[in-house]
Amino acid sequence: MIIGEILSYSFLSRALIVGFLISLSSSLLGVSLVLRRYSMIGDGLSHVGFGALGIASVMSISPMALTLPVVVVSSFLLLRLSERKSGGDSAIALLSSSALAIGVAAVSIGGVNTDLNAFLFGSILSVSRSDAWISLAVSAVTLFSYLVFYHQIYASTFDPVFAKATGMKCERYTNLLALLTSLVIVVGMRMLGSMLISSLLIFPALSAMKVAKTYLKVSIIAAAESVVAFFIGFIASYALSLPTGASIVIVHMCFYVLMTAIGWIARKG
Amino acid sequence: MQLIEGKNITIGYDGEAVVSDLTFSVESGDYLCIVGENGSGKSTFVKTVLGLIPPLKGEIVFADGLRQDSIGYLPQKSQIQKDFPSSVREIVLSGCLNRHRRLFGYSKEEKAKAQMIIERIGLGKIASSSFQELSGGQQQRTLLARSLMATERLLLLDEPVTGLDPQATAELYALIRTLQSDGITIMMVTHDIHPALNDANKVLHFSHNAYFFGDKDEYFRTEQGLKFLKEAGHDHR
Repeated sequence: MIIGEILSYSFLSRALIVGFLISLSSSLLGVSLVLRRYSMIGDGLSHVGFGALGIASVMSISPMALTLPVVVVSSFLLLRLSERKSGGDSAIALLSSSALAIGVAAVSIGGVNTDLNAFLFGSILSVSRSDAWISLAVSAVTLFSYLVFYHQIYASTFDPVFAKATGMKCERYTNLLALLTSLVIVVGMRMLGSMLISSLLIFPALSAMKVAKTYLKVSIIAAAESVVAFFIGFIASYALSLPTGASIVIVHMCFYVLMTAIGWIARKG
Repeated sequence: MQLIEGKNITIGYDGEAVVSDLTFSVESGDYLCIVGENGSGKSTFVKTVLGLIPPLKGEIVFADGLRQDSIGYLPQKSQIQKDFPSSVREIVLSGCLNRHRRLFGYSKEEKAKAQMIIERIGLGKIASSSFQELSGGQQQRTLLARSLMATERLLLLDEPVTGLDPQATAELYALIRTLQSDGITIMMVTHDIHPALNDANKVLHFSHNAYFFGDKDEYFRTEQGLKFLKEAGHDHR
């Protein structure tokens, strides 16, 4: 059985656990990000993450130690940019490509020891034991905060003006969301690659919204879709020797098409 | 009993006054209509009452037991996303977050209260339906139910009938009248003369660099009031 085969390798079972937790966390955060029209922020952050990863490899310091603070700080910066009435989207696009350029330059300075391909498109080989622990901690924090503040995040997403008028500190939840998103991106980036990680935030939410019309159902379906797509993609990548990140995203894409069709049929029928 | 009072307050944005020396008060049981042209200060007034922006001068005083964050606010509809996935019940429940203290989920009492309000507003049959699939009138009633979750004393409605057809408008006005006769104080920003004429007992009229505050009958004898009547085609009175 192919699953038994995967589990017999310790680095693969580690990657399986990390991927599962990242998929779950990212899908839940994604619902709120997509509804707040913050999809671009996830994309921007992953590019910034790549830049930081490149610099970390040149300076030969621990990738997490540099990437984590840089991405967290950038998330707050990107959030402020996106709230601007005009020019916010262009600013994010510029920041993304600048970070990408810096990363590529850094990697080329680093020379043959660094694998550009793994940085861009991920590698399950890069999930070390310490990475696994960090991602376990990050996912636990994300899931716990998400469950505790579920209703507050919902209310400040649905109608921030009402939420503020009833005394809710909306900025707090926006900042929390930005913080959790950057944590998930940094942890997930090593495995999925910085070019593909943002799809893990966006695809589950968009697919779920095709078939579900209440917030709770969208959240549950997004989480389920994300986890199932991850497992299928992971196994397929092992069986067909495809890059893991790419196969997972392709499965997400298939689910998206499928759920769009289901939603369309449900509306007509 | 007086619920809200402002004495000689100045309101505006970023140090720039929109309305100066405003004096008004809302008594328990009042039905106050807030009228005036666009840009005359209605939205500024609403935001100041809600505490979203501070008054430039003076302060708004709230009666004992009425907290600024427990005003039942019905925002203008335009600010809510049309494609947001949410059930009616989810929206109504979110109104009680101002007093929510539990770590996970809503309490049994909160859920029971939401159900009671849903029935009272006549949303019982569509409580599990999706907000985006409701008619304009049903959507407004959902948001009204949410504001009732936040308070039982004072509703602040910001142009609640915008975009509704005549029948839905009439139904919403009737519902607001019922709530008022149940003892809930109403403050309503409106472009429509009918609630001011038929339901309100007080009017706050903003025009550029001036305002009127007083009883309805008095208002419709002022120059501003007569002009409003005339514009709405009610000058035969």
